[in-house]
Amino acid sequence: MTSGDLTELTIKEATHLLRLGSISASDLVTAHVERIEQLDARVKAYLRMTQEVWERQAEEADRKLRDGDAPPLAGIPIAIKDVLCVKGVETTAGSQILRGFKPPYTATAVQRLFDAGAVMLGVTNCDEFAMGSSTENSSYFPTRNPHDLLRVPGGSSGGSAAAVAAGEAMISLGTDTGGSIRQPAALCGVVGMKPTYGRVSRYGLIAFASSLDQIGPFARSVDDAALVLSLMSGLDPLDATSSQRPGMEVLNNYGAGVKGMRLGVPREYYDVEGIEPGVKAAIDAALLILRREGAEIVDVSLPHTDYGLAAYYIIAPAECSSNLARFDGVKYGLSEEDSPNVTELYTQTRRKGFGTEVRRRVMLGTYALSSGYYDAYYLKAQKVRTLIKRDFDAAFEKCDAIVSATSPTVAFPIGTKTQDPLSMYLCDVLTLGGNLAGLPGISVPCGTSDGLPVGLQVLGPQWGENVCLRVARAYEEASEIRAEVATPSPLQGRGSG
Amino acid sequence: MRGVDWEVVIGMEVHVQPRTRSKMFCGCAIAELNAPPNTHVCEVCLGLPGVLPVPNQAAVEACLKTALALNCEIPRHTKFDRKNYMYPDLPKGYQISQYDLPMSINGRLELGERRVRIRRVHLEEDTGKLVHAGDKLHRAWESYVDLNRAGVPLMEIVSEPDLRSADEARDYAVELQTLLRTIGASTADMERGQLRAEPNISIRRAGSDELGVKTELKNINSFRALHRAINFEVERQKEVLESGGAVVQETRGWSEAEQRTFSQRSKEFAEDYRYFPEPDIPPLELDRAWIEELRAALPELPSLRRSRLAGQLPVGLANAIGADRELADLYESAVAKGAPALATANWIVNEVAPTGKLTSGANLAELIRLVDGGAITRDQAREAYLESADTGRTPAEIVTEHGYTQVSDESELRVLAEAVIDANPKATADFRAGKKQALQALMADLRKRAPHANPKAANEVLAKLLG
Repeated sequence: MTSGDLTELTIKEATHLLRLGSISASDLVTAHVERIEQLDARVKAYLRMTQEVWERQAEEADRKLRDGDAPPLAGIPIAIKDVLCVKGVETTAGSQILRGFKPPYTATAVQRLFDAGAVMLGVTNCDEFAMGSSTENSSYFPTRNPHDLLRVPGGSSGGSAAAVAAGEAMISLGTDTGGSIRQPAALCGVVGMKPTYGRVSRYGLIAFASSLDQIGPFARSVDDAALVLSLMSGLDPLDATSSQRPGMEVLNNYGAGVKGMRLGVPREYYDVEGIEPGVKAAIDAALLILRREGAEIVDVSLPHTDYGLAAYYIIAPAECSSNLARFDGVKYGLSEEDSPNVTELYTQTRRKGFGTEVRRRVMLGTYALSSGYYDAYYLKAQKVRTLIKRDFDAAFEKCDAIVSATSPTVAFPIGTKTQDPLSMYLCDVLTLGGNLAGLPGISVPCGTSDGLPVGLQVLGPQWGENVCLRVARAYEEASEIRAEVATPSPLQGRGSG
Repeated sequence: MRGVDWEVVIGMEVHVQPRTRSKMFCGCAIAELNAPPNTHVCEVCLGLPGVLPVPNQAAVEACLKTALALNCEIPRHTKFDRKNYMYPDLPKGYQISQYDLPMSINGRLELGERRVRIRRVHLEEDTGKLVHAGDKLHRAWESYVDLNRAGVPLMEIVSEPDLRSADEARDYAVELQTLLRTIGASTADMERGQLRAEPNISIRRAGSDELGVKTELKNINSFRALHRAINFEVERQKEVLESGGAVVQETRGWSEAEQRTFSQRSKEFAEDYRYFPEPDIPPLELDRAWIEELRAALPELPSLRRSRLAGQLPVGLANAIGADRELADLYESAVAKGAPALATANWIVNEVAPTGKLTSGANLAELIRLVDGGAITRDQAREAYLESADTGRTPAEIVTEHGYTQVSDESELRVLAEAVIDANPKATADFRAGKKQALQALMADLRKRAPHANPKAANEVLAKLLG
């Protein structure tokens, strides 16, 4: 078996081979590391490789495999977004302000996957503090879409999506605050899932907007995403917002197919402004397949969709302005120590350490929370948030799950939206409603438009991850569309697919 | 403005550290005052990236008990909020506190005739401490941050401006301390920073309904300092107004060394704290059954106990004993074992309170029977009490073992008295010359020679021989 083959496996296939003994965890890691060495200079999915970690973890996985007590992810190579803390591994949230910060703890979700035997390859690139939709806001470098190196991979978890799409990791973790898992999954042609708010512990996730952030998996199959999600879900005493519900329930009945299910198509999403014809065509084709599989497609409405973006861009910056206050140059990370006094130390450290988009959002959020503006902005946005939740509640009276495009567009060329923040914000128009309402959502590949991947989004009711997975899996099986590993060639933009 | 009658208006903000093993939002133990800096910290109270606060159930319970003891209403929903400001002792850049939905509202504390309304009791976290190298902050060449206290739970008890003098403000703080200790919510030791009183003070023309401009006093470390600081501040405000000036709304510190208040921070440009709901902690839905359990489990409150004791004892004794739950418990238990009320109360106030050593009610009742019946002297009883408190043995055992007895027999005392008179010719002469206090020197000598002598009877015998 060539190393190319090993980097195209799903967890199910890899686990089969590992348990047979035909490959070892070390073989699997080596194949991925070689692939990264070969490709990542072009894709730039990774910020840092974690050789010490993977050597230790692969060795342990191999020992357990030999002893016959291997946990479910033994030997599975994983990439971790730069916002998830891993003990002793530099974790910077894509920002200069955290340069050199090595957390003395590991995020609960990551630790659970380590406990399940996963082997960490490295830290993936992202928009600074997860603020962005293209990974161009990384303070290090932009990541490129493996399907077309001149295009963005989406964001903010662009590195994690690109790594899985390029065969540089079998699975990866991202975070989703307004669409930061689902949108890059769609643009890179892989599966990406954001769980219900509270399903996965946020402990160790460097917060962007605490009431919206959730950690979720990227994978090349719905089954893989489901397995990874089930292993990291469940109550964490270190996160007061984590749910007591058993993590394994995300798998309940998810293989049952869509026959008899009612799938809602919100007209506000279907005809969203700026949706590309090719994307719409791919969604139409997906709806046809789902109907053929026995689902009933019903018309639903989410009437407050238009206000979602505005509400999101009040609430998320408000929370971020507070969450990012701790980066003051006093205790860790970047410090402009030569400042004449403490106020200057704060100012210079933050001016130098934060990028443009982060500064913009801190200022927006500080303004929205200010005395005299709070009622007009933050409070009103919270009211809109309640209305959006009610929209979804009403829609789920009429349907079991909601389907739409994940992103109105396919991957766009690098540099085309960086000068216009509003056009960048519109990338999340179909995904951020799920964050405001705290709902689970998955993006699954649904063909291409002009040769670039399109994602189908399935949103479920609260705690209905199994519903999302069930629709996504039925679609994946019936459509026979797979997340193929992309191998970009060095010289041309468009990869060989 | 001279000659105006001023009325003093005081509202109190009191921060109390509830009795918990760990901090408000993490598992760190509470540090002793002298603990080396930054030894009681973890990633949560250091505010490292990615960590989350988890509320301490014991702190919530202490706060609810306090609120119930202060007759507060407990709303169904309460939540934490973030108070945002940047300061090096605040590791997250915000303090987790409670803003518009506090744990409790609308209570009261009775101070004799005065009813002090309680606006709210809420929970929050303490900040760290800055240590400046150098004698003054603005001359410091280096500053250090100690985060041992960062994240220590605090209850903030806010009163309405219902207090009218430094005396009342001090009584309020003392009463609050007694209450907190009685219900076990806090050890409320001011010297150890577990109870910090911050009075808000203004003055107005007597008879006016409008509030004057207030100042808030900080750095007060004792009840005495509280009293003095308020009196100083009232006089300062009077002088300002009487000389035609205006009081500036500000925070003022109390300097113990200089016995005066000084301006710390002007509130003219009030800081905008940008409060908003803490997204990392879900709103608390307080279980009504639990609250009723806590209410039912509250011990008798000091004011009630005092009024009950006042039915049996003079007011001074009733207040002194009612102020301390342990003393009051001892008193009631001894009386229940048949000890006479007044003698028991006197014994407790004079002998138990100063030593702080406690024995059982039964032991105390027995001791009082021994001393009241004349079997032992008061000095012997004091020894026996301390031994009983230390060892738990009964006073009767101790008295027997040490051979404590009291001699009241007049013929025996006469022999003793004659010896004392012989040995102290000067005192004897003084007494006979009319210096009545010379008798005390003679009595002292007698008690030294014969500790078991009944002091009252011996005194009489001495006086008779000298007369």
